[in-house]
Amino acid sequence: MTDVRTTPPNPHAPSDAPAGPASAAAPSLRAAPAAPATDPARPPALVRLPTRRSAGDGKRRLRVPRSVERLAGVAALFVLWQVASAAGWVEPDVLAGPQSALTVGWDLARDGTLGDALWTSLGRVAWGLGLGVPIGTVLALVAGLSRIGDDLVDANLQMLRFVPILGLQPLLIVWLGVGETTKVTMIVLGVAFPIFVNTSAAVRAIDPRHRELADVLGLSRIERLRRIVLPGARAGFLVGLRLATGVAWLLLVFAEQINATSGIGYLMVRAQTFFQTDIIVMCLAVYAVLGLLSDGAVRLLERRLLRWQPGR
Amino acid sequence: MAAGPMSAMDTAGTAPTPDPAPAPGTADATGAPADRDAAPTSGLAVSARGATRSFGDRHVLQDIDLDLRADEFVALLGRSGSGKTTLLRILAGLDPGAEGEIHVAERRAVVFQDARLLPWLSVLDNVVLGLRDGRAADRGRAALAEVGLAGHEDDWPKTLSGGEAQRAALARALVREPQLLLLDEPFGALDALTRVRMHALVQELCARHRPAVLLVTHDVDEAVLLADRVLVLTEGRISLDVPVDVPTPRLRHDPRFAALRSRLLAELGVDEAAEGARPPARPPTRPAAPSADPPGGAP
Repeated sequence: MTDVRTTPPNPHAPSDAPAGPASAAAPSLRAAPAAPATDPARPPALVRLPTRRSAGDGKRRLRVPRSVERLAGVAALFVLWQVASAAGWVEPDVLAGPQSALTVGWDLARDGTLGDALWTSLGRVAWGLGLGVPIGTVLALVAGLSRIGDDLVDANLQMLRFVPILGLQPLLIVWLGVGETTKVTMIVLGVAFPIFVNTSAAVRAIDPRHRELADVLGLSRIERLRRIVLPGARAGFLVGLRLATGVAWLLLVFAEQINATSGIGYLMVRAQTFFQTDIIVMCLAVYAVLGLLSDGAVRLLERRLLRWQPGR
Repeated sequence: MAAGPMSAMDTAGTAPTPDPAPAPGTADATGAPADRDAAPTSGLAVSARGATRSFGDRHVLQDIDLDLRADEFVALLGRSGSGKTTLLRILAGLDPGAEGEIHVAERRAVVFQDARLLPWLSVLDNVVLGLRDGRAADRGRAALAEVGLAGHEDDWPKTLSGGEAQRAALARALVREPQLLLLDEPFGALDALTRVRMHALVQELCARHRPAVLLVTHDVDEAVLLADRVLVLTEGRISLDVPVDVPTPRLRHDPRFAALRSRLLAELGVDEAAEGARPPARPPTRPAAPSADPPGGAP
């Protein structure tokens, strides 16, 4: 199907005109637009459509994977940044260059500081997601599947959704103190809402024809949940999960910068006191990498769970 | 819901298995044991008396009496809005708002116009969905083979063509060994050539399994081709009930075929002469085009 030719319905037109040397067919074709379009007796003028002549005809070039191409812009930015730092255009007190951030990262990794901080931060996010995702999912199912659940859960959560989680921090500290519980609770709350909102919307949006099918096939409640509701809501849940991981890291940064004695955010706050911008840059990079990795993990999960969708 | 408007011949509910208490949450479970005594046992797959369905003041179905013998293939013709799909949905147990005394065979299966396969289940899992016996997978495989889909067991439904998906839906219905098979315009969304092959397949399968069939369609040729009896539904009432006396194999150029076809078209309000009187034998360029689609374009 690579060689698509215009097939002339006109027997007088040379059948191989498009493939042959351009000069043979060109005059008649080129004259076509000038011909008056109003004459009904005139045979239709043919126009050569842009086609490929053969499969191997296209410009041969080295195929660089698109993902590598996309990295070129990022690499350029880093090079520029490094050059600016090395040349002294940017003072280290204002913004450290990539190289010094890497060096300090290496040092902190070797003495274990970075590892400890990373472990603590990962633990907080893991707890937050581990509790927040199931809570959001269960609430979404309750709200999406029963009238009472809808009345009790949905209305309240839709209202609470607009309370800024960050603003809850003072109240949480009053209730739970300044320890780990407050930090994890904030992440749990931040995670549960996007999961709830997206999953309950997906449960509601389940095709009514599928419910009808369940009636016709006489499916039990459990079978409906397992075979229709849960898989049907999966795509919405995964959208929520992607948002939730983003929120989890955001809240982690916030929680770790206040009243923390460990974690990546704590490293940053301490560095701020001593104008160690190399450590701050390094910590920001760690956050970015963690965010990218978790997003990639969710995407991998998506591909796995939605593999029935065409194009995955 | 004291005595539900609808009751199965021996048990209520939509479960295709002879489980007397199907799903606790099944929408139309009437659960009235008294209905059992009232159920006729005389070789009927459908027995409806005074079936009526109204939406507000609008009577979509009025006082329908309908019997289907246990091995009868009945086509229900009607223009769109005549209530034919409403009647099928009532018999499928999907409409708890119907009135009248309606009995249907306990094991019934529905094939909808859309194949209605769950996209996240493999074709085989779709076919055996809801079956609870241990040999379900084997039976599902056999049913798929019967509709010509052997080898597609593990495919995702979205990779099937329209005709294949509809055959899978047919397999899902057959594997339940229905006593009553309800077909709701199952070929309506298929292209003309695929439809011809599906007609042949349905004929073959029905000859082998002999369920009672109610085929809702607006294609007159399809009705005459497949059915033992054709009903025409006009404004919520059965306006014509006629046996198909065309000997098999039924050919469109058979004069009896053409005569019945004309009669049905007239009943549906299509004036063949005014519509351009397409001859019964098709023009060669459109071998299997539906010759008459009264509901779509007709006023």
